[in-house]
Amino acid sequence: MNNTILKTARSKPKPRVRSAARRRETLSGYIFIGPMFLGLLILTIIPTLLTFILSFSDWSFISGVDKLKFTGFKNFSRLFDDDVFLTSLKNNLWLLLVVPIQLIISLVLAVIIDRLVYWKGLFKIIFFMPYISSIVAVSICFQLLFQPSYGPINQFLRSLGVSSPPTWLADIRYALPSVMIIMVWVGIGFCLIVYMAALQSIPKDLYESADIDGAGAWTRFSRITLPLVSPTTFFLLVTGFISSFKAFDIIKVLTEGKPAYSTSVVTYYLYTTAFENLKTGYASSMALILFGFVLLITLFQLYGQKKWVNY
Amino acid sequence: MDKQKRGVRTAATIAMLIIGAAFITPFLWMISASFKPEIDVFNYPIEWIPKHWNLYGNYREVWFGEHPFGTYYWNTIKVSALTTVVSVLVSSMAAYGFAHVDFKGRNVMFLVVLMTFMVPSYSIIVPQFLLFRWLHLFDSHLGLIVIGSFSALGTFMLRQFFLGIHRDYLEAAKLDGAGHARIFLQITLPLVKPALATYGILRFIWTWNDYANPLIFLRSDRLSTIQLGIQKFASESGVYYSLIMAGTVSAILPLIVIFVIGQKQVIEGIAMGGVKG
Repeated sequence: MNNTILKTARSKPKPRVRSAARRRETLSGYIFIGPMFLGLLILTIIPTLLTFILSFSDWSFISGVDKLKFTGFKNFSRLFDDDVFLTSLKNNLWLLLVVPIQLIISLVLAVIIDRLVYWKGLFKIIFFMPYISSIVAVSICFQLLFQPSYGPINQFLRSLGVSSPPTWLADIRYALPSVMIIMVWVGIGFCLIVYMAALQSIPKDLYESADIDGAGAWTRFSRITLPLVSPTTFFLLVTGFISSFKAFDIIKVLTEGKPAYSTSVVTYYLYTTAFENLKTGYASSMALILFGFVLLITLFQLYGQKKWVNY
Repeated sequence: MDKQKRGVRTAATIAMLIIGAAFITPFLWMISASFKPEIDVFNYPIEWIPKHWNLYGNYREVWFGEHPFGTYYWNTIKVSALTTVVSVLVSSMAAYGFAHVDFKGRNVMFLVVLMTFMVPSYSIIVPQFLLFRWLHLFDSHLGLIVIGSFSALGTFMLRQFFLGIHRDYLEAAKLDGAGHARIFLQITLPLVKPALATYGILRFIWTWNDYANPLIFLRSDRLSTIQLGIQKFASESGVYYSLIMAGTVSAILPLIVIFVIGQKQVIEGIAMGGVKG
């Protein structure tokens, strides 16, 4: 998201208008933004406040509102003794690694597709396909591909002479990396498309003058391309971090946090706490921490933009 | 272009075709497995083109067998289409309001809308669930449509396009006595049509692929969307991998078709704001 969003259209300097006209303008303004604003109020703003309130309570929604008990910061102190929560949080931090890997691969692919190949359109479609496909379908497919004994990946590894290939999603050490591989695969298309748009906006004459100066391919990449796409890199890094904190579907369908919570993430633990164990208050305090992390990344974006991005 | 350059291009294209093919191997495997009789699915070396075909049998079983796949499909089409329509309408109205109506408190309200964008959806899913039960929106398609329709994203995206319309157009219309409703419907909407298409297609794809909301806000099997459907199907049909793959292919196919037809809009939309669902 770029800065222009924050700037509202400048209001025109107006001579004194009759207040009736002014009121009419305000009324039509409210009518136009009314539905969206009301929707966001009910669906986002009020629930956000409720999350705040509930996170300080001990409550299960199936027992009535009169059973709601406020317990101060107890939920939060419990969270930091809760091994499942801490493991989930740690896994979330590991998942952040997906983003830089994705960025490197997609930038390299974007440069190759942009400069070196025929049929750019075809390649865009190919690499974008996982992003378009539902994560449920993709996860189910990978369950079969990763199948330890007769899945195609291990059969392939065995044919290469690997006698005991990893059991992937069934192995406590390999499960999270397997999830990460799939996440990289799914996300590459998105980064690729955004990078290609960024590459197209780099003036061609920069490369031409570099050619005249006798710059090699690496120099051109590291001195022109890399700095000029740095705003895009920063943007993708931040949105990638945020969406990796929101990963839920893939965990729910692919592993359900198994084996032994080695792939559990905060959103998944939140889901099971709220909807399977019915601990509304405790789940809300997790939700608040999730919100805190996302907010932290957003603040990092607002402040870091100036430092990191070099034009 | 000189000969050497063309040689490099051809070589790079061939190399990328190989990489690209490897990249979509999971899809190729999925499709080919869905064409095979169950017993051949895990044959190795992989039979990319099935030796024995069971295409008709697999897809017939998925579509007309025990599971109401047709119902899942129809539910998904209904929810996705209505969400798209409502979302485009509400978002474009708000976008016009923020871009071209000069009302009191506009900046504050825009800031509030902007802030809702930072709230991760999973942070508010518990109160939303409680609210939906209380409002009788739980376990209904209306609830799903409502939850998918009101997102600040569409407002931001479309607002950029409304801001791009030259003010002279609007001033001229105002002098002719047109009110905001007429300017919005007759002048600005036709001008931002490509942006509406872009946002509409993206919203449709996101809703079609949505898994978490149907999972949390639906209970009845007959209301399930395709994403819940294929998961149930996969866990219940146990070892029939060929059928599971036929199900996943059925779930993905419409989107691939929409993407190939609307790829220009989708790619532009993604590239423009770097929007993410």
